[in-house]
Amino acid sequence: MTKFKDAGHLFRLAAVFLVGVVLFLIVRGLLVPKSFGQYGHYRGKAIAEIAALPVSYAGHQVCEGCHTDVLDVKSKGVHKGVACESCHGPLAKHADDPASVQPEKLDTAKLCVRCHEANMAKPRNFPQVASEEHSGDAACNSCHQPHSPAMTAGVSQ
Amino acid sequence: MNITRRQLLILLPAAAIAWDHILAGTPEASPNYNMTDHWWGMLMDITKCIGCGSCVRACQLENQVPDGYFRTWVERYQVTDWNIEYPKVDSPDGGKSGFPPAKEDVGKNFFVPKMCNQCADSPCTQVCPVGATFVSPDGVVLVDQKYCLGCRYCVQACPYGCRFINPKTETANKCTLCYHRITKGLTTACCEVCPTGTRQLADLRNPEDPIHEFLKTHSVQVLKPYLATRAKVFYYGLDGSVR
Repeated sequence: MTKFKDAGHLFRLAAVFLVGVVLFLIVRGLLVPKSFGQYGHYRGKAIAEIAALPVSYAGHQVCEGCHTDVLDVKSKGVHKGVACESCHGPLAKHADDPASVQPEKLDTAKLCVRCHEANMAKPRNFPQVASEEHSGDAACNSCHQPHSPAMTAGVSQ
Repeated sequence: MNITRRQLLILLPAAAIAWDHILAGTPEASPNYNMTDHWWGMLMDITKCIGCGSCVRACQLENQVPDGYFRTWVERYQVTDWNIEYPKVDSPDGGKSGFPPAKEDVGKNFFVPKMCNQCADSPCTQVCPVGATFVSPDGVVLVDQKYCLGCRYCVQACPYGCRFINPKTETANKCTLCYHRITKGLTTACCEVCPTGTRQLADLRNPEDPIHEFLKTHSVQVLKPYLATRAKVFYYGLDGSVR
């Protein structure tokens, strides 16, 4: 058997192939983020980025730190389980800077019916009224105290 | 210092790789939050839901969800007598402004809050071609907004219809279970404002969480259990007509 004459061609081809592989690995190293594959087939750093987003609702624990007078009234009434920002809206900015960011005054004629307008899909034991015949256009807080809305003795419910 | 052409050719790619590693840095960890200690889900006690839409409004404000798109929404079901295969379902503007009185005073009426079910075997993450959506080590299905191409595969794959394409960013968007809140020790925006306690955030890996006592003593169900998505939003009081 004679020796294969043009073995040099194969070596050159192998060299080109090797350069291609190295080039691919370099480009891949540049393009794939470092944290990709840290926890799975995704960019691990994305988790920390999502966790770092800003918060709008401060949470009732923050409100209760300052507004202890409201907490005292609310904790005795039927609204004790309703968080402050349920009605007052997102107020993390107010909690960060109470002096310059003030919450809006609420219109109880519009606010209370969001929960308490009668609807037959609501649970039977949930207190609900047909607002028009119950109070007309009158603001709810002309009779009820929103933080503890049950009527005191002498006024029928 | 003399560098030959050969040495330079070797050095340049090495320097490029090193520079990339410097740019990427190490991911910042939330202090006092260890992902492996948590496995998040939610409890929906629909016997308490009053359809006020507080959760929908809070979610939109907390997460800058564009109008007409929803990460969570509330449906109203009307089921006449035995006809549970054909309920009437409506959700005007996602239930954001509450519900008008029903057109007909018939049958059984109730509300069902819906959102991403945070499936442990989620169909949506499996179809992503670029690894832009994933189940985090603490069990929350998230979208990497920088990596998403907006190809819409995941939107079609979700059997619960919980994903949408954000028209501003043209990327997939969905409930993150307020990941930016729960990692800071807060509850989700929807759970925070829910006035009746219908929604309760649940940490299934925390033995102190009241969810365990609830699951022990109540019959609960997940949506579309036959799809075996291992959903982690548990519904109490779920009617057979709910899809």
